[in-house]
Amino acid sequence: MNSRIETPAEDEHDSVYSGLLVNDAHWAFGTVPVPDGHGEDPLAGVDTTVPEGVDAHVLATYALMLGDDALVMSHRISEWTSNAPDLEDDIALSNIALDLLGQARLLLARAAAADPSIVPALPDGSPVPPEDALAFFREAHHYRNVRFAELVNGDFAEATVRVLLFSTWRLATFERLRASRDQVLAAVAAKGVKELAYHRDYSARWFVTLARGTDESRRRLLAALDALWPLWPELFDTHAVEAAAAGSGVGVDPATTRDAAEGVLDQVLAAGAVPRPEAPRRSGVLGRTGRDGMHGEPLSRLLAEMQSVARAHPLGRW
Amino acid sequence: MRRVSRGTSERARRVARRVTDPELPMLTLADLGVLRDVDVVGDSHVVVDITPTYSGCPAMATMRDDLVRELRAAGFDRVEVRVSLHPAWTTDWITPAGRSALAAAGISPPGPAPSGDGPIPLTLLPTARQVRCPQCDSPATELISEFGSTACKAQYRCTSCREPFDHVKEI
Repeated sequence: MNSRIETPAEDEHDSVYSGLLVNDAHWAFGTVPVPDGHGEDPLAGVDTTVPEGVDAHVLATYALMLGDDALVMSHRISEWTSNAPDLEDDIALSNIALDLLGQARLLLARAAAADPSIVPALPDGSPVPPEDALAFFREAHHYRNVRFAELVNGDFAEATVRVLLFSTWRLATFERLRASRDQVLAAVAAKGVKELAYHRDYSARWFVTLARGTDESRRRLLAALDALWPLWPELFDTHAVEAAAAGSGVGVDPATTRDAAEGVLDQVLAAGAVPRPEAPRRSGVLGRTGRDGMHGEPLSRLLAEMQSVARAHPLGRW
Repeated sequence: MRRVSRGTSERARRVARRVTDPELPMLTLADLGVLRDVDVVGDSHVVVDITPTYSGCPAMATMRDDLVRELRAAGFDRVEVRVSLHPAWTTDWITPAGRSALAAAGISPPGPAPSGDGPIPLTLLPTARQVRCPQCDSPATELISEFGSTACKAQYRCTSCREPFDHVKEI
């Protein structure tokens, strides 16, 4: 038996593995800056100056809200990876999670650049970039996402309704955010609109398919809609930070997106012959909701899973 | 600052334009429209501007590394890769050479991207596209899924030759 081990071809591009060790100083949950240039900063070279007359802390907190919505929702959808009913939908949901994760990364980086004081302090020498510090080193009560994003997953009908409601709402916001006075938010929105349009169409088509499918698919869809509906109104509440961001021309007041979002949703409901749910809204805790940092236990569990390795190795590289 | 010769700028451009996309290796970053600008700003100092395809494109770090590596190998000691977010990348930036390379590799190139800054209409029926099979050139194709092996692709199948294939989505 010939025991000679084949050595890789000399041209490094001939082996799919050879390129992996070129820049190998990567932190486990992102990448470290290279000595010259801007490293892996997702906003490298982008002008992150806070627009005139805008409160930097308001802009940062507003970007954090939009970023946290995307990050938490992305994590929930990513839990479908390898669990969807078929391969195509597994890939679709993974793609949706990936788009949202990309939006989250840009938005958290934008938040950190606007007001560095919001970034958790890490040990000296930590290679963790600011957007990762925000994602992995904040407690649940510092997360500003809407509670809708953190709910525990249900069945595939629930995923369909969840993505439909979330993307319909977020797309209505991003359509308006394209006109933000903050150039970074405007650019993130311009890109995000194209992605969210695919998410909304995907989930709307599945919504109609399930609504008009079998008795069982319709039963499950209606149950999912009823279960998620109590948190729909909260998406259109205006938090003081959102009001301030909208007032200075960098953000969108969620209340102003309601008619557009409801209009789209009504089209989908009509196509599926589904009546509007009547479940009352879920109240906050002493008036506080997700935007105030008030969350349910599911977010703590989600963060425990998402953050545990990063927190165990704040100086880790791979 | 010392004036940079035209030859040096041209050489930097040539090197950067050779770098290929990690996920679509039949395409250069220039053909993909991701490479926006290459500028020699000083002695051995190059500034490269790239625009991400999708917000979550996981290939961005590799693109950046590849550009830095190739330009350094060509003698440019300081390579700065900047992100240009505006205007957003569109498939309309894929060059004719890039479209031919995609088709030759069995990937259906994108049609014209939808335009407009207004509200995005809801589309409950599959997106209408004139997609021809990159294998047998038949126009008889059907959508399998709007999401494919990478963020930028949809999955189709040809009903003539039965081959499944990727289609680059118009954005």
